[in-house]
Amino acid sequence: MNVLEASGLGKRYGRTWALRQCTLEIPAGRVAALVGPNGAGKTTLLNLAVGLSVPSAGAVTVLGGRRAGSPAALDGIAFVAQDTPLYKNLSVADMIYVTRNLNRRFDRPYAKARLDELGIPLRRRAGKLSGGQQAQLALTLALARRPRLLVLDEPVAMLDPVARHDFMATVLAAASADGVSVLLSSHVLTELERVAGYLILLARGQVRLAGEVAGLLSAHGKPSLEELAMAYLRESPPAVAR
Amino acid sequence: MTARTMPARPGEDDTGQRPLPWRRMAGVTWRQHRIALAGVAVLLGALAVWLWMAGTPLHHAYAAANACRPASSPACQDLLNTFNGSATNHFMGDKGPGGVLLQLLPALIGAFAGAPVLARELETGTFRYAWTQGFGRWRWALAKLVLLAVVLAAATAAFGVLVSWFYQPYSGAGNQVPGLYQNSPFGDLFSLREVTFPAWTLAAFTIGALTGMAIRRVVPAIVATLAAYAGLAFATAGFLREQYLTPLVTASLNLPGASNAWVLSQWSTKDGRFAFAGNPPDSLLNQLCSSAPGSKDGPPGDVFAQCLAPHGYTQWISYQPASRFWPFQWIEGGWLLGLSALLIAATVWLVRRRAA
Repeated sequence: MNVLEASGLGKRYGRTWALRQCTLEIPAGRVAALVGPNGAGKTTLLNLAVGLSVPSAGAVTVLGGRRAGSPAALDGIAFVAQDTPLYKNLSVADMIYVTRNLNRRFDRPYAKARLDELGIPLRRRAGKLSGGQQAQLALTLALARRPRLLVLDEPVAMLDPVARHDFMATVLAAASADGVSVLLSSHVLTELERVAGYLILLARGQVRLAGEVAGLLSAHGKPSLEELAMAYLRESPPAVAR
Repeated sequence: MTARTMPARPGEDDTGQRPLPWRRMAGVTWRQHRIALAGVAVLLGALAVWLWMAGTPLHHAYAAANACRPASSPACQDLLNTFNGSATNHFMGDKGPGGVLLQLLPALIGAFAGAPVLARELETGTFRYAWTQGFGRWRWALAKLVLLAVVLAAATAAFGVLVSWFYQPYSGAGNQVPGLYQNSPFGDLFSLREVTFPAWTLAAFTIGALTGMAIRRVVPAIVATLAAYAGLAFATAGFLREQYLTPLVTASLNLPGASNAWVLSQWSTKDGRFAFAGNPPDSLLNQLCSSAPGSKDGPPGDVFAQCLAPHGYTQWISYQPASRFWPFQWIEGGWLLGLSALLIAATVWLVRRRAA
């Protein structure tokens, strides 16, 4: 099964195409990294995948053929948006309550145990938590939904190195222990080195490269993801002739 | 993670799944909006206490004046004057500043409770959380708006009952004594009674929700809501309300229930032709009424009867009788409820199709 399939997918804002001619198949059971410079179209692609926006061209399906944003797709996908939006005036316990009631499945013991482990008090307001704690709370709420696909948009961009490490450790644990497929975007390449099994390279709204990390590295003769990406982004043709 | 078999065809295992029950939104909505709802409760509660304290002496004065016998005795006239004086000059009276302040209530409640519902989600980015949960975004928006609308309507209807109680002495419905002060029930407080107050609050709330969704910023949405509400309220009070039912027209100088009917316009004819609108012009009075000294300065009805009627003038009055108060309440409540339903539908439609 593919967790995401896009064919000829495009999204236009006004006259600008944020994403064009995107054809992709991301297999299940991997941590897939969506990599590219700022403005490459990463967030646009993720918003289309979780059904927050509708395509201007082409189509995108998730979890083996479900229309993005359909009830079945919403049930199986947990999304943590950029800057991890939470209701700042609600307590952590209220955020758990709200998330539990808005979803078919919610593993409350998991959420409580995880927050306890992280030392996040249930009575504190979400807005009073540190940036790292807010990110961990958003991730915990997402994982407690027991999703089949976890989508993370720039999850670690705002975090300090320690928080970054902890966050990615949680993601990896979920991916390896529970078999959750993960699709995450980032422009911090070093973080992805350890975690990503599948790579999608986006630049200027188009897919430049997609495939298994191991296969791509050997095919291009590069020792690391970072070098591969850097080389590819430099080599890739500048503005595409329109 | 439980093992699950892959569907033979996409989506096949989902067809039997029912959507999440609506009732789940009750606790969610309460947790998110309890501060706004508590604010509304405190505001209405404080005003209710104040209205109660202001209304009690007025009711006592009215009861005393109404029960006094014989009505023409000096003691009874004193009581009557006491009631009339306090009713006329009452802070909360029809034209008093309190009545005008109360007019702002539906707009304020609606704008401050309604505009942020969606605008805050869009402004802070939490819509990306809310709209990707399993409940589904249009159902989430519909449940939230309807729940809040029902709660606000119930609270304001209760307050409207209190306004109606306050207003009882003005209505003249139980008057046993001639000369008691009476006011038209179609006055300024018409929109604050038990049907119209919740209806206007709903209209303001749903205008707020829609503008919040369209503008995506809390403060501009509140401002836009207040402006739109003011336009609607003034258009209704100034033009629309008087046309709910065809006005009655009478040539009688003693309008039935004269003191509490809603007089819309007044004009005169001479020998079946239109003569003038409103009160007689001075030139006409000088010409025809000079023979009746002093009558020029009397009440318009007397002037008419004494010197214009003998010259062939007839005065016409179009009016809405006070007995139409309840039909007018339901007509206004009805169309405002319909408008609110339309605005909620439009808001949910926008939530459904609006891309991030």
